[in-house]
Amino acid sequence: MANNKQDLIDQNLQDLNNDGVDRRGFLKCMAWAGTGLVWTMSGGIPVSRAFAKGYGKDAAKSGDFTFVQISDSHIGFNKPANPDVTATLQTAINKINAMQHKPDFIIHTGDLSQLSKPSEFDTLDQVLKGASPKQIYFVPGEHDMLSDNGDEYLQRYGKGTKGTGWYSFDQKGVHFVGLVNVANLKAGGMGSLGQDQLEWLENDLKGRSASTPVVLFAHIPLWTIYPDWGWGTDDSEQALSYVKRFGSVTVLNGHIHQIMQKVEGKVSFHTAMSTAFPQPAPGSAPSAGPMKVPAEQLQQVLGITDVNYVVSGRSLAVVDSPLGASSPLASGKETEW
Amino acid sequence: MATKNVWIAGLVPPVMLAVLLLTAASPRVKANDAANAEVKIDNFSFGPQSVTVPVGATVTWTNRDDIPHTVVSTEGVFKSKVRDTDEKFSYTFAKAGTYPYYCTIHPKMTGQIVVQ
Ligand SMILES: [Cu+2]
Repeated sequence: MANNKQDLIDQNLQDLNNDGVDRRGFLKCMAWAGTGLVWTMSGGIPVSRAFAKGYGKDAAKSGDFTFVQISDSHIGFNKPANPDVTATLQTAINKINAMQHKPDFIIHTGDLSQLSKPSEFDTLDQVLKGASPKQIYFVPGEHDMLSDNGDEYLQRYGKGTKGTGWYSFDQKGVHFVGLVNVANLKAGGMGSLGQDQLEWLENDLKGRSASTPVVLFAHIPLWTIYPDWGWGTDDSEQALSYVKRFGSVTVLNGHIHQIMQKVEGKVSFHTAMSTAFPQPAPGSAPSAGPMKVPAEQLQQVLGITDVNYVVSGRSLAVVDSPLGASSPLASGKETEW
Repeated sequence: MATKNVWIAGLVPPVMLAVLLLTAASPRVKANDAANAEVKIDNFSFGPQSVTVPVGATVTWTNRDDIPHTVVSTEGVFKSKVRDTDEKFSYTFAKAGTYPYYCTIHPKMTGQIVVQ
């Protein structure tokens, strides 16, 4: 309870301001500019870019590509504020299918299901089948590991992965690593990667050129957002020490059902909205449980994250778009962080 | 040698039985329904966080959150299945001791049962 919400926000802003850019103004500015928050990493200095001007129109040079992050679909959840999480996931998929620049693939950062039930995974598969990108990469959330130590999840989504479901792959010169920080959690702790996975990660990154852009993705944030609610990973520092030498590192997480971002040197951290239900800002509620919002506001607090990789400058731009058409961000309203 | 063994074997059972009766008698009498305890799971926490019960008492956990939780002994003594909203888990404590436990989904959630 040491942190109240304001302390935490100030702390985040301080982190954001390390590079001398007035990020408070920046975030406001970006909120004015388009349908989502946009930032481009270029040599460690964030450069603003209006989503409205569109990656699809002026980019798409060969080698550039886009992928979409979705998170926390929680199929099986049926309580306020969202009695139909399948429908909102479908809305997210429709939004992806309508994108001007077709994404190469989708990353789902976990909590696919509410209770790891086969029927929930079946429903998820049914909806995802309709997505235009056919390649979907997954990492599990704690809700996906509830039955038989995650066997149900691993059988369906973990083919060819190591340990509890971690793996890496390359896409057009960008190295992606899917990490699992929801297995074998210790009493009193937060998320955990564990020694086996850390050793694997160190080896996986070894020998790669420092100019390779690296994307790490995992369910629980790999940076400490709010320890009282377990919003962090106990051994993330160790993992991040292995990526320090790389020129561009993007860390994508879910779990907290809201957008949070931080830039620390060459590493930019980002958490995505859920497609199912929102969660309160850190410390703003008695617990991290689902936040109840009026039905007409729901689509503004759910969303997807669109990541554009631009070859020139090896930069990644992260764009969050709410599911709802008339988002507070698109309407030019200021959003305080 | 053989005779001695038989003599010991014949003596021990009544002694053991007496010991069992002595140790079992007093807690059994105390552990009536009133000694059983309830733990509620609200807002990602176990309440009360620490509960003291006599040997033989049954503790029942009820999940009142919108999110599933588990009740799992840190030392492997008991382990609930996933408990969704309003689902319960009970465990009857046959031995004295302190039993720390947590939610394996949200490990910041911890509690303990003290059995005396
Ligand atoms: Cu829990």
